Amino acid sequence: MDAGARRLRDFAMHYVIIGAGPAGVTAAEAIRQGDPGGAISLIGDEPEAPYSRMAIPYLLTGQIDEAGTHLRPAVDHYARLGIDTLSGCRVTNIDPLGHQLSLDDGRRRGFDRLLIATGSHPSRPPIDGLDLPGVHHCWTLDDARRIAALAKPGAKVVLMGAGFVGTIVLEALARRRVALTVVEMGDRMVPRMMDDIAGTMLKRWCESRGVAVRTSTRIVGIDAQAPSLGVRLEGGETLPADLVVVSTGVRPNLDFLAGSGIATAEGVLVDDHLQTNMPGIYAAGDVCQSADMVSGAAEVHAIQPTAAEHGRVAAANMVGNDLPFIGSLNMNVLDTLGLVSTSFGHWQGNGGSSVRHQDGWRYLRLEFDHAEDRLIGAQTVGLTEHVGVLRGLIQSKRRLGPWKDILMSHPEQFMQGYVATVGV
Amino acid sequence: MQKALLITPQLCTGCRQCEMACSYEKEGVFNPARSRIRVFDFHAEARFVPYTCTQCDQAWCKSACPVDAIQIDFATGAKVVYENRCVGCKVCTIACPFGTVNYNADTGKVVKCDLCGGDPACAKACPTRAITYVDAEQTGYDKMRVWAMKTDTAHQAQA
Ligand SMILES: Cc1cc2nc3c(=O)[nH]c(=O)nc-3n(C[C@H](O)[C@H](O)[C@H](O)COP(=O)(O)OP(=O)(O)OC[C@H]3O[C@@H](n4cnc5c(N)ncnc54)[C@H](O)[C@@H]3O)c2cc1C
Repeated sequence: MDAGARRLRDFAMHYVIIGAGPAGVTAAEAIRQGDPGGAISLIGDEPEAPYSRMAIPYLLTGQIDEAGTHLRPAVDHYARLGIDTLSGCRVTNIDPLGHQLSLDDGRRRGFDRLLIATGSHPSRPPIDGLDLPGVHHCWTLDDARRIAALAKPGAKVVLMGAGFVGTIVLEALARRRVALTVVEMGDRMVPRMMDDIAGTMLKRWCESRGVAVRTSTRIVGIDAQAPSLGVRLEGGETLPADLVVVSTGVRPNLDFLAGSGIATAEGVLVDDHLQTNMPGIYAAGDVCQSADMVSGAAEVHAIQPTAAEHGRVAAANMVGNDLPFIGSLNMNVLDTLGLVSTSFGHWQGNGGSSVRHQDGWRYLRLEFDHAEDRLIGAQTVGLTEHVGVLRGLIQSKRRLGPWKDILMSHPEQFMQGYVATVGV
Repeated sequence: MQKALLITPQLCTGCRQCEMACSYEKEGVFNPARSRIRVFDFHAEARFVPYTCTQCDQAWCKSACPVDAIQIDFATGAKVVYENRCVGCKVCTIACPFGTVNYNADTGKVVKCDLCGGDPACAKACPTRAITYVDAEQTGYDKMRVWAMKTDTAHQAQA
């Protein structure tokens, strides 16, 4: 490197990103776009190339191989963009005022702008036996390898938790033709994403396809019971299992921030530009607690689209633009053994008008704001056409005028309502 | 120069030739239900509105994709689904605020308009020029993006 180039590098902004998931990778790419000369380091503690947790179920079904889970297929993607990747490297501490961070191998690194994109970890329910061999979360590629080794056709598998991620994993396990029992504490499947009608439809659908679903049932412990495991239920019953998959929610990865002065609650707290209370330090993805699009309240939405959107917006602000974050919309789509369901925003409603329409295996629920003629939440089961406009209607806060009444009596016309109110 | 689909609903008579042409071009069948462009019929006002992906700059579908299966065709600007990489997770179908990415249960993949690689069948089939494929700048590329803008006003309103 000649002296001129070195001088340039000395002046270049150094961006450091902690966490190489979708939030971190999207941010690294967007920073490169916004600051072609900046130095970018992407630090992740997992050993693999940056990958997508969301792709794990498709790895388990054999639809893709491990390379198919990579967020970017080209092996030289990061090098080509001049993004310096450090994998298998854990950040243990941040000193915001000294602009330094420490790595688990003892090294320290300086930064000018920092992005915290450390994602979340599976929460551990307070029961015995979680450390026994044959008990796994389904969160990392490494978890997936262990699950794949045990989830052989016919193997007895107990899935603890039918939340959103659990239900996705359910699909993958069922496709591996294991003998599957799902145990959920709530009174229906996906209780935080689906109402009683939708959650119960999913349960019946699963049962009709050979998956045992035990709702309102609590697991109190797991015992080693040669040759495999015994899953103890409240009430005394024990389910035999070759594999137990624990999926009881996730929590933001915040431990390494203790003592740093960076403000946290459930996640890292940010302003409307995704900046933390420390200037120059931002947060994105599952670890970030940002404004909800509908209510404005600070919430953690641990979903892929929010991770990517956070990454894009944080990056824009890190390179010096002024891009406010419009808020995050909680939304999910599930395919449960062929029954597709979605949920968007405040599907529980806020006291405004509400319509629910069920017809066989199809269901649609729309929730309107209590004060204005606009949509704030929705749920669908058995529909796949144009469901994205449910997001569009909520996000654009579009006033529906006469269409509100039409949708109250014909909710299935949501796409027409969208096109009609575009005003073309 | 890049081109864009320009839709003029006032010229649409609801003949659905575009839907037929699209489904034939893309799926090999004449089946409007398989078309990536849809004509919405507002009987009360005797109005028809053809509607498809605007190839918006924001590319919500592309950024939400967990496996990089949606790419930009640099010749046309279209956001294109690469079926060999798509795992069928459907996250793009809820991320797209225009509702123009749909899941096809037969193939287990998502489908969207890809501008037919630069020669869109819908525009060729439209007898009334309600759908044309025109130089983006010359005829107000922005006009075509009006849908995109409408949804994006949420950004500006809060800015
Ligand atoms: C099986 C499964 C299915 C899913 N399906 C869906 C779905 O259908 N739809 C959806 O929207 N979402 C889904 N999700 C959730 C989605 O994967 C997450 O919301 C997304 O990964 C969040 O991205 P992120 O970049 O914030 O965090 P992550 O992807 O978790 O990436 C963060 C990275 O940072 C690393 N890290 C943490 N702490 C440190 C540290 N101190 N130093 C260095 N590195 C660190 C982590 O190990 C990790 O590699 C699914 C998740 C799983 C597990």
